[in-house]
Amino acid sequence: MQDSIVRLEGASKAFATPEGGNVTALDAIDLQVRRNEFLTLLGPSGCGKTTLLQAISGFVELDGGRILIDGEDMTDRPPYRRPVNTVFQNYALFPHMTVGENTAYALEVAGVAKAKRREQVAAALKMVGLADMEGRRPRQLSGGQQQRVALARAIIARPKLLLLDEPLSALDKNLRQAMQIELKTLQHELGISFIFVTHDQQEALTMSDRVAVLSGGRIQQLDTPRAIYDRPVNSFVATFIGASNLFDGRIDGERLMTSDGTQIRHRRSPSAASGAATALIRPEQFFLADGDERFPTLDVDLEAIVFVGSTFELFGRTQAGRKIVAEIPAGRRSLIGDIERTRRARLAYDPAAVHLIQPCAEA
Amino acid sequence: MSIASRRRAQLTVLLGPVSLFLAVFFLGPLAIMMVTSFLAPGLYGGVEWTFYPHNFGRILGFADPMFEDFDPVYIAIFIRSVKIAALTVIAALLVCYPAAFCIARLSERWKNFCLFLITLPFFTSLIVRLFVWVLILRQTGLVNEMLLSSGLIARPLDLIYTDGAIILGMVYVFIPFMFMPVYASVEKLDWTLVRASLDLGAGPIRTFWRVILPLTAPGIVGGAIIVFIPALGNFVVPAILGGAKVMMLGNLIEQQFLAARNWPFGSALAMMVMSVMLVLLLVHVLASGRRGTDAALNR
Repeated sequence: MQDSIVRLEGASKAFATPEGGNVTALDAIDLQVRRNEFLTLLGPSGCGKTTLLQAISGFVELDGGRILIDGEDMTDRPPYRRPVNTVFQNYALFPHMTVGENTAYALEVAGVAKAKRREQVAAALKMVGLADMEGRRPRQLSGGQQQRVALARAIIARPKLLLLDEPLSALDKNLRQAMQIELKTLQHELGISFIFVTHDQQEALTMSDRVAVLSGGRIQQLDTPRAIYDRPVNSFVATFIGASNLFDGRIDGERLMTSDGTQIRHRRSPSAASGAATALIRPEQFFLADGDERFPTLDVDLEAIVFVGSTFELFGRTQAGRKIVAEIPAGRRSLIGDIERTRRARLAYDPAAVHLIQPCAEA
Repeated sequence: MSIASRRRAQLTVLLGPVSLFLAVFFLGPLAIMMVTSFLAPGLYGGVEWTFYPHNFGRILGFADPMFEDFDPVYIAIFIRSVKIAALTVIAALLVCYPAAFCIARLSERWKNFCLFLITLPFFTSLIVRLFVWVLILRQTGLVNEMLLSSGLIARPLDLIYTDGAIILGMVYVFIPFMFMPVYASVEKLDWTLVRASLDLGAGPIRTFWRVILPLTAPGIVGGAIIVFIPALGNFVVPAILGGAKVMMLGNLIEQQFLAARNWPFGSALAMMVMSVMLVLLLVHVLASGRRGTDAALNR
């Protein structure tokens, strides 16, 4: 219990739609965020991730359930009395204040003496790489710099928890990647928990200790990035994170038979030896068959071969018309030359790498 | 023709008519007033063409020793007018500022409807609307009748022909002028900044003083100037709701021109009013100019 900094118990929230209906944004969510953890809330827009964040920061009042931060019940506390700070999506820097004043705001509000404030502002700005910028106005800064000021402003009062609401979405790709690493480093230095909201799966996988995949107001899966990628609990998670080839069918011993007659071999021994299941093969788990009989194969008619630098992406269909995506390392050019000519490929996979999604897990 | 010179030609054509109109009907009369204010009054109206600075002297304390005395009553009227105009600004602001927040939160349809209601008074005659206030405020008016019949007062209150009545009428007349600029800045207030302030630990009151008020200040200043200037020179409201008892600058000037037939003195008074306004505008322009260059620098 004491190793969790935030605890949500049955947090529920529904919004009325303009049409008179009700949309469930949070469906009795239970969640525990550990101390010093980088947790990402990942999901498509409208999945409830922003509502969940705002429920923690206090801007959304729950219909039901409780929120505890560091063991204290925060459910009915207004945002300004919660030991939580937020980095907003559009940074929300005060335009009428300088960078220094923006950064000092939380300290000023808390009544910290001026000299001490100045010291801490300098330290916080240095931490985010913006030393000597105190006198500037937010509008004089670039997007990335504004981002850093927002970060400095949010961490200066040492909150127990930092919430980040898609803070990187407005930055260009290179800057975003640099910031991802910096955020992770900063989190380690500060030793506080971060809850990061994003719809970008790459971002979630790169930075997080754990990822919570949300959809329809529920947490579909909460686990480490690798577990979520390798062992998704349902097809929503499988398709939302990374590209995937999914085969719905029935288990028959070490085989999974789909309705169109495709056979997928697997090594996982599911609890039930038979029954409905979905097999997942990630595109990079396919490789070009080279006559070795140990691995099962799928014959695919290729529709497109896309060179993306380090890999070739193959888009094709099986004889039964099922779509297949495969990713082949670009190192072995000669093999690619062959399949480019024939427009056909025999794709092999290791049955041990096939992940089975069982419908019972799909609650 | 180069693009630049064609631009210039276009501008001349486009701005020509309005410049000409303003020159003939605004700057011309203004120049006449300015000259008149330094001439001696004619015995039976009109002006004598001699340099005569004592029109201003009568107001400020160096009256013509031969014919006139310095009378502090003009300065008193001046100060009272500034006071009434300032109170009008404050009262109008107290009405409009909260209202702007309410209306800014409405749906688009209701917003437009409310804005229409606020501009509605412009469609009716000002005089008629002010006389309605006479009916409401006079001794046998609506308010007094209601208070009397409810037994709250024993004899009618002096509501009309007071400073209070004038301020009430002024606020009533100038509310749309205050509302529009205030509303414009309130409506574009970024509420995520308010959230940011709350999130950083500032309570609602501190958030108001540190974030909401500074960010809506341009609208407040704009509205204050737009109301203050016409309120200072207004003579219709004091004439109707102030009766003969309360004199404001507007009435004084009107009286000098139309009743006392002392054009130079009337002009001098008008010049004084105008210089006060010019100083105010100058301060505003300088202040917002600094903000402007700030903003330009920030880009």
